[in-house]
Amino acid sequence: MKGLSVSKAVTALMLAGLVLLPLYSQLSGNIFILTLFTRIIILALAAASLNLIMGFGGMMSFGHAAYLGIGGYAVGMLAQEGVGSGFIQFPVALAASAIYALVIGALSLRTRGVYFIMITLAFAQMAYYVASGLARYGGDDGLTIYNRSDFSGLINLGNRVQFYYLCLACLFGVIFLIWRIVNSRFGLVVQGLRSNEQRMQAIGFPAKRYQLVCFVISGTMCGLAGALLANNTDFVSPAVMYWTRSGDLMVMVILGGMGTLFGPVMGAVVFLLLEEFLSQITEYWALIMGPLLLLIVLFGRGGIMGVLGRAGRG
Amino acid sequence: MAEPLLRVEKLVRRFGGIIATDNVSLDVASGELHAIIGPNGAGKTTLISQLTGHLAPHSGSVSLAGRDITYLPAYRRCALGLARSFQITSLLLDFTAADNVALAAQAHAGTSFRFFANARKEKGLRDAAHAALDRVGLLHRADVVVSRLSHGERRQIELAVALASKPKLLLLDEPMAGLGVTESQRMVQLLQELRKEVSIVLVEHDMPAVFALADRITVLVYGRVIASGDPAAIRANEDVKRAYLGDQHVVTHHG
Repeated sequence: MKGLSVSKAVTALMLAGLVLLPLYSQLSGNIFILTLFTRIIILALAAASLNLIMGFGGMMSFGHAAYLGIGGYAVGMLAQEGVGSGFIQFPVALAASAIYALVIGALSLRTRGVYFIMITLAFAQMAYYVASGLARYGGDDGLTIYNRSDFSGLINLGNRVQFYYLCLACLFGVIFLIWRIVNSRFGLVVQGLRSNEQRMQAIGFPAKRYQLVCFVISGTMCGLAGALLANNTDFVSPAVMYWTRSGDLMVMVILGGMGTLFGPVMGAVVFLLLEEFLSQITEYWALIMGPLLLLIVLFGRGGIMGVLGRAGRG
Repeated sequence: MAEPLLRVEKLVRRFGGIIATDNVSLDVASGELHAIIGPNGAGKTTLISQLTGHLAPHSGSVSLAGRDITYLPAYRRCALGLARSFQITSLLLDFTAADNVALAAQAHAGTSFRFFANARKEKGLRDAAHAALDRVGLLHRADVVVSRLSHGERRQIELAVALASKPKLLLLDEPMAGLGVTESQRMVQLLQELRKEVSIVLVEHDMPAVFALADRITVLVYGRVIASGDPAAIRANEDVKRAYLGDQHVVTHHG
């Protein structure tokens, strides 16, 4: 029980920190930290969505960054064509991600293990090259978004604090949904399939159907992160879909703790803060980051959440 | 004779040049406990896998209660009332005993595309799980994670999982495998109870158990049925003796 309370305490502390961050930013006049954490929260949302299929569903998708691009390009392309309303942009971003996930999932889920990893990676790279070829929308150079999504006065995305809280609300909303899903009938089936697919088939569950629905839910959630990310940077380019970005998301999930509710948030915070501060110290920051991650993966089974759990138990 | 619950007709399955199931036909009547025995490599598990849908036959047919299920996938057969236990225990190791059984009940109680309500709080499913666990004598272990249970307990949970789907026909693939003497005796007692409620196809190596339990026995050797009948007839069958004990024994016996 005590082990639980240590990781819970740290999680609560982190969440309280995220909620109060704009206050700190205002008082200290440090605007940079707000911008940094807006990005962290958006990527935490993406990592949380990946965790739904990877941690709970056992589907190692190596192409999750594709949804960041799809969500982002939906916002960017609509803005370019003069459709500035967030009430249109966001639903389109989610729908496009869902459709992409449905098609990719239906094809990829025919395979297992390493093949599944490779095929999701291949599709994401395809999306990357398609985006690079969109001459009308900037091609390789990417697309600048001159006006953030307009929610007709309901919320102003141009206001840093308001945008920060919108992202935070989306993150909490998605985690709440994931929490409900993993404990629902559907969630238990998906986790059962991760544990022992043959057994689940034998007691009467068609595996692929459940995995595909889970894949689509996860992709849609990540599409939301993509739409937010494009608004955050006022820019979208093929680079957000590049495979290294998918790798970053995987690292965040593993670092924080696969199959835990708040692990991916923890992972995103630690990963991106490390990246930020190490890159200020030296341009060879990846040389420090790499071994550091290696150590955590080697000796901290279950990621940060796992380590906290064990620390509590002593 | 009434329609048998399970009818297997001229089933053939090859692996390369080896014929693992060679023209096997057998009937299982409703309420019967039908044992399938045979020396190692006789093709018992291959046969069971074709009955459960984990393996497709090359020819022949399998029907359940008059309905052809030869090419139905495993999950559809399960919905029609066919449940199995695995020779090598196959459970959800990171789930509790109750969760393992409750999932089997869930598969047969409405749609599982429910995303919001907490499934562990569904009284119907929990009750069904607890009833099945009670049936195999493991209610007191309901909330223990399966990876922490003993081999014997896991075998019992295999059975509880199969029972929770309220099957018409239970396919048990060596439920006694790896059990100690007392555990085996308990399993025999348990099967003795269960046979009153459900038809059973039992694949088993433990001969005393088979002869104590079975109404009818089918003997497989090299994928072929060499004998089928009640325990007394099988015991007296010369072909069976030869297959099991070798020619030498038959010679000594007669000499």
